[in-house]
Amino acid sequence: MIQFEKFTLDNGLKVLVHEDKSTPMVVVNVIYDVGAKDENPEKTGFAHLFEHLMFGGSINVPVYDEPLQVAGGENNAFTTNDLTNYYCQLPVENVETAFWLESDRMLSLAFSENSLEVQRKVVCEEFKEHYINKPYGDVSHKLRELAYTTHPYKWMTIGKELKHVEDATLQDVKDFFFKHYTPCNATLVVAGNITKDAVKQLSEKWFGPIPAGEKYVRHLPVEPKQKVARSLEVKADVPLDALYKAWHVASRLDERYYAMELITEILSGGGSSRLFQALVKEKKLFSNIECQHFGSFDAGLLTIEGKLVKGVKMKDAEAAVMEEVKKLQQEGISEKELQKVKNKTESMLAFEDMSLMNRATNLAIYELLGDANLINEELGRYQEVTAVDIKEECSRIFDDNNCNTLYYYSNN
Amino acid sequence: MLNRAEAPLIKDAIEFSLQLKPYQQYVLDNGVKIYAIDAGSQEVLQMEMVFYAGNSYETANAVAPATNHMLKNGTSTKSAFEINEAFEYFGAYCTRACYNETAVVSLHTLSKYLNELLPVIKEMITSSVFPENELNIYKQNSKQKLSVNLQKCDFVANRLIDAYVYGEPHPYGQYIIAEDYDNLTVEQLRQHFDKYYVNGSCVIFVAGKLPADLFEQLNKQFGTLGLKPTNGQPPTNNIIAATQKKYRIQNDPKGVQGAIRMATHFPNRHHPDFTKMMVLNTVFGGYFGSRLMSNIREEKGYTYGIHSYVQNHLQNTALMISTEAGKDVCEATIAEVYKEMQLLREELIDEEELLLVRNYLIGIILGDLDGPFHIISRWKNIVLNNLDENYFYHSIDTIKTISAEELKVLANKYFIPDNFYELVVI
Repeated sequence: MIQFEKFTLDNGLKVLVHEDKSTPMVVVNVIYDVGAKDENPEKTGFAHLFEHLMFGGSINVPVYDEPLQVAGGENNAFTTNDLTNYYCQLPVENVETAFWLESDRMLSLAFSENSLEVQRKVVCEEFKEHYINKPYGDVSHKLRELAYTTHPYKWMTIGKELKHVEDATLQDVKDFFFKHYTPCNATLVVAGNITKDAVKQLSEKWFGPIPAGEKYVRHLPVEPKQKVARSLEVKADVPLDALYKAWHVASRLDERYYAMELITEILSGGGSSRLFQALVKEKKLFSNIECQHFGSFDAGLLTIEGKLVKGVKMKDAEAAVMEEVKKLQQEGISEKELQKVKNKTESMLAFEDMSLMNRATNLAIYELLGDANLINEELGRYQEVTAVDIKEECSRIFDDNNCNTLYYYSNN
Repeated sequence: MLNRAEAPLIKDAIEFSLQLKPYQQYVLDNGVKIYAIDAGSQEVLQMEMVFYAGNSYETANAVAPATNHMLKNGTSTKSAFEINEAFEYFGAYCTRACYNETAVVSLHTLSKYLNELLPVIKEMITSSVFPENELNIYKQNSKQKLSVNLQKCDFVANRLIDAYVYGEPHPYGQYIIAEDYDNLTVEQLRQHFDKYYVNGSCVIFVAGKLPADLFEQLNKQFGTLGLKPTNGQPPTNNIIAATQKKYRIQNDPKGVQGAIRMATHFPNRHHPDFTKMMVLNTVFGGYFGSRLMSNIREEKGYTYGIHSYVQNHLQNTALMISTEAGKDVCEATIAEVYKEMQLLREELIDEEELLLVRNYLIGIILGDLDGPFHIISRWKNIVLNNLDENYFYHSIDTIKTISAEELKVLANKYFIPDNFYELVVI
């Protein structure tokens, strides 16, 4: 059970406090309700580029990192298609430094042309490092474009292409900031050895005076139901053929989400999972195989991907994957196997909660989803999933018409 | 009126007193030592069994990692599937890892299931059988993974730089090629297993919310085995460094970035320069605000990140600079790295920057002592390096007190461009 208290400042900033007396540290986490899905399709990658610019100096503080490091703190941030999250951890005695820095960059940035120019280059190198200069690096881009026709999940957080990042202007930066980086679009979580009263006093002092700004109302295009299977063939200079399949699944708040997550565990959650045992160990068709889902807020994707053992034909490998999937769909699972994946989930949640930083970030994400207390209800929701739910959810997901397949062939 | 231009008052982190929570120690009937940290609020624990069974002890390339990996691939009574299921049913994770000197079997579990899982681990480390079929799958899949990795400039660069610095016969410099996997035999693995696991040297680290009968449980399962306590002295190997210092390698004709590695020899943790270098290295390339990051990422935008660090080895080691930079700016990046070395050799670090680094390091250590897993990891490092808690307190003291003059002397001793190996893989 993760205890927390919540209050809202007059400017709409939501504040959550999670007190943990056992640590000498405090985590200050600010989450903004903006991600890559809120970008203009012609200017993708911007939310993430913007995250870099948040470290380029704010209106009253020329640099963000140094004063935090002087206070014994460290920090980082991440952007997804759904959200942007900033966090820092420092000794509790110096917590006010974090309030000062975070509130100033919520108030306004320095909007430096030089910072923009440098960070454009840095992000381009990040793009190259992860998505261009790597075998199979373009898979995520291709798979999203194949699976989504309409919803902005069709581009990656880093952006659709390098050019979008290269073309970003200072005016874009300013517009984005004033649209999204306002108290009413943010949630502050403070976790650690600190009381609610102390957090309240500091929040009112530092964040209270910031103008509320306008609430950003999201109108995203809805992905139409996929009615026919889609596929794409790629040839590249890679050593091995690889198969990628993606199916549309329910959104994060849908009650079906929990069965879907357990399905990924059943299929590839470890050495005793079905796909690994059948396709890597018994049939020796794949050298690795994984089933994952995106965990996105809006309707996401469940993927199965693997590299084929040299000499194996793509259609044989694919047929074997589908055979396992259909088997789960038709025969369902035993109580014992269901219990296994539930136990795994219980254990995973317990390990995740070990870290103060994880607790702070998760509280922020759940609050953004609508209610921080979901963090305490998750385990119960997994426990409620039945074998029948699993079977039904399999039928819904693994419908042939709901499937997108990327055949990735080696040129060698 | 709130003055946002003025920083709030802080307590300098160097004024904090840091304490490393002491461990509880148990000794099993066969002499094997247990180091335990009982702390934390979640009902979970981790156990690491460290065997002296790493690469340094193998008779042929790849034998040590293959043996370590295959501990989960079949015992006299259980198949690989059954072993995996035994852990996964209880939501536990059993992982293996092989390093230069040590090879580790780790367990992460809800504390309440420990008694169910210890017998499985006992079986893995006493009666693994290394089935031929499993070995063949391992060979095939390892070769496939290697073929993908060999297309990555960073992977290739990491292998080559170590080979130059230590020499290929040295365990730190050796690397695996596809033929090494082909040549593996069940017999080699069984021999390595018998010598270094069944009858090997072992030390155990446990942390988390520990059951009251932890020692009884461990003694019951492991106390009567043929394991021996460690003598703490890993084998020493001669470094046979390459004579050529500079390398430029074209690995991928379509590459858009180069993996840059620069390295020079450096002593291990027993040398007085080691803790001092921790501070100098932080200034140089050890954190986000470092000289290398500020210049090469934040000023020039040549890279997403550039870091320097001392490799984590028990024996003599190396100071390494590592980055992936745009193909056209690799040479400019290397020139800037040497410029930053020169600045540290010629100019004193000013007090403001030095205080920042001191505070930053203390803050990091303070955060890093939070929770049982972090604490045991500190102790593990101390124990495996044959040090004691004085090393920890001496490091803190060095961070708080080392002077700019001492750091300049250190820079002049180690930041010598002629001593650096230099590699770019595109």
